[in-house]
Amino acid sequence: MPVWVYILAMALVTYLIRMLPFTLFRKKIKSRFIRSFLYYVPYAVLSAMTIPGIFSSTGNTITAAVGFVVAAVLALFKRSLLTVAVAACAAAYIAGLFVG
Amino acid sequence: MRQKNAGQSFRQGLIDGVPIALGYISVSFGFGILCVKGGFSALTAVLISLTNVTSAGQLAGLGIMLAVGTLMEIIVTEFVINMRYALMSISLTQKLDSSFTTPRRMFCAFAMTDEIFAVASSREGKIGAKYFYGLMLLPVAGWVAGTALGALAGGILPESITNAMGIALYGMFLAIILPPATKSRAVAICVVLAAALSIVLNVVPLFSAISSGFSIVICAVIASAFVSWRFPVADEEGGEA
Repeated sequence: MPVWVYILAMALVTYLIRMLPFTLFRKKIKSRFIRSFLYYVPYAVLSAMTIPGIFSSTGNTITAAVGFVVAAVLALFKRSLLTVAVAACAAAYIAGLFVG
Repeated sequence: MRQKNAGQSFRQGLIDGVPIALGYISVSFGFGILCVKGGFSALTAVLISLTNVTSAGQLAGLGIMLAVGTLMEIIVTEFVINMRYALMSISLTQKLDSSFTTPRRMFCAFAMTDEIFAVASSREGKIGAKYFYGLMLLPVAGWVAGTALGALAGGILPESITNAMGIALYGMFLAIILPPATKSRAVAICVVLAAALSIVLNVVPLFSAISSGFSIVICAVIASAFVSWRFPVADEEGGEA
């Protein structure tokens, strides 16, 4: 399948999910379960994407683990997205100087 | 900073968008690198970022493209991963003023990201289309520019640096999910459960046939459904995803 088909499919699905409710929706969802489900989904998605994917993101499990620990600690201390992302990269890079 | 009508001004939107844009540049830089490492061109990377403007969906999509997954797989995966935007969009419709005509809504919805939603919904009072234009401009530009830089520099920078930058997106995800997990036991359980399921699906040989995209979907649906059943959100909480 050509690459542009993948891109088009991704773009269309992503856009329609954002656009249709934003344009058409005027009422509140009544089902408490569905509202709860939608509330929790982002956390579950990001968690499942991060674990265990993060450990193979740098090409070396040890440097990735160091980056993970640094990112997790900074995130728990509520640092900004930018700080956490950059610190994770820096930690993985520095660890790579030793184990690479 | 919080002057009257601030939610109507293009300028205020621009200002509010600066920190988001800075974060996006560094994170999308990592995405650009991952694309090129996977064998795709810089143009492909930029096209993906320009048409999607979403980190998690793009990363999952890239994984499926690399694994030469099916069309159905990418559609279902993007649908589930991006489902949260539907809730954010619904939630934000309650704050829009009358300047948001239907064509303007169709345009602005394109930039509904977690961070833009979070900033827009935390504004007091109604928000206007001009404010939203200002708010979306720099983050979208930063997202695309960062991708281009990463894709182009990815070939120039030493491998030790590009390898390390591959972790940027994941670092940002941790920064999104961990702070709320410290405040809400339900969110913490949701995060841990999804991670545990994800490890099981990725490690146990029995499940090795399940692709990365569907694995995320399965984990997210089970974890969210379980927590929704045990800890349904209160009325006010529902729109604050």
